[in-house]
Amino acid sequence: MKTVKVYGPGCKRCETTVAMVRDAAAKLGVAVDVEKVTDPKSIAMAGVMSTPGISVDGRLVHAGGLPEAARLETWLAD
Amino acid sequence: MTVETHTPAPHGRDASDWLWYAGVPAAGGVLYLLYGQLIPFSEWVTSFFPVARDSHTGEAIAFFFYDVPKVLLLLTGIVFVVGVLRSWFSPEKTRAILAGRHHLWGYPLAALLGVLTPFCSCSSVPLFIGFVSAGIPLGVTFSFLIAGPMVGPVGLGLLYGLVGWQVATIYLVFGFTIATVAGFVLGRMGLERYLQDWVREMTAGPVGDLPEEHLTLVDRLKIGGEQVREIVGKVWIWVLFGIGIGAAIHGYVPEAMMLRIMGGEAWWSVPAAVVVGVPMYTNAAGVIPIVEALLGKGAALGTTLAFMMSVIALSLPEMVILKQVLTYRLIAIFIAVVSMGILATGFLFNFLM
Repeated sequence: MKTVKVYGPGCKRCETTVAMVRDAAAKLGVAVDVEKVTDPKSIAMAGVMSTPGISVDGRLVHAGGLPEAARLETWLAD
Repeated sequence: MTVETHTPAPHGRDASDWLWYAGVPAAGGVLYLLYGQLIPFSEWVTSFFPVARDSHTGEAIAFFFYDVPKVLLLLTGIVFVVGVLRSWFSPEKTRAILAGRHHLWGYPLAALLGVLTPFCSCSSVPLFIGFVSAGIPLGVTFSFLIAGPMVGPVGLGLLYGLVGWQVATIYLVFGFTIATVAGFVLGRMGLERYLQDWVREMTAGPVGDLPEEHLTLVDRLKIGGEQVREIVGKVWIWVLFGIGIGAAIHGYVPEAMMLRIMGGEAWWSVPAAVVVGVPMYTNAAGVIPIVEALLGKGAALGTTLAFMMSVIALSLPEMVILKQVLTYRLIAIFIAVVSMGILATGFLFNFLM
């Protein structure tokens, strides 16, 4: 089980990112627990300045803009 | 800072790469050719309307159908070029550059990076906290946040295309100066105590170390294309709205009335323009067609600049977002200082012209 956090104040792109994470996980057959982090303080504490940001098991892998589907899969796979 | 070189999936120069290399110059050529056909196009469209070409309505319609394609073409080109340029910058890199810059030239540097760094207003809160917690002085952070929207490349490009390079240059120089000086003044006022409590208590947050992304030229072109889709897709409605109002001014507002309200003689017109402009919320793409029409009818340059700057640089939705990190008092001071800069610019140009 991987814990994925999506950081963002709730804009449209953050929602899209959450959906992309779920899709990629389903495609890979990886069990994920996706959590949306919308509180600005928590976003900042995670070191995210441009949203949406993504962390996998506590490691920040992406910040700013939609992730690329191919790269999203590599983050979830390893 | 750890730099993990990320090797992208080994996609060589495949077919889609060449498509981009050939497609971008081809699209540029098409834009250029279309740009040359604007007047014939607008006259052609206007001829279908059952109105006399030289009537007020005819003037307004011709103005509308000349400006709409012109602005959309310009916007596409500019957003693409800026999108590609900005792919070399990120808020994380900007923060690393600005951290610990307490010197005077931290302010103009922040203003410059504010223009070049891609960030959307929805992430201005995390960005603000990220900057302040990394030890970037509050004033320098403000210079960055003012310059971003105020001297946006989209606005400058449209100003250049619709009003002329002289006004675009003046706007660039003064927008940049206001961002620098306002940041400096705000920094000198020692306003840290007016941040929201939790922001002040936040010690330097962990710097999110992201692996450096290796982007090929095609990746950057794709980013530019994506920006066009996103930004032009979002602002076209504002463009139509702005040009609609511009066309109405162009066709119907008598010059004598414009001179009385927005002419250089009326000293109160500059503060009035700021008071009207601050609560107005549109983006550069919506306001510049209006500016074009105002100037065409003889509105004073200083008054018009003041109006444009206050619409673009200070907006209520942005203040609502910043309310999460700033107290009302700090927001009020922020608006006051920036408005002062805008007023000074407006008076200066009305006085000089």
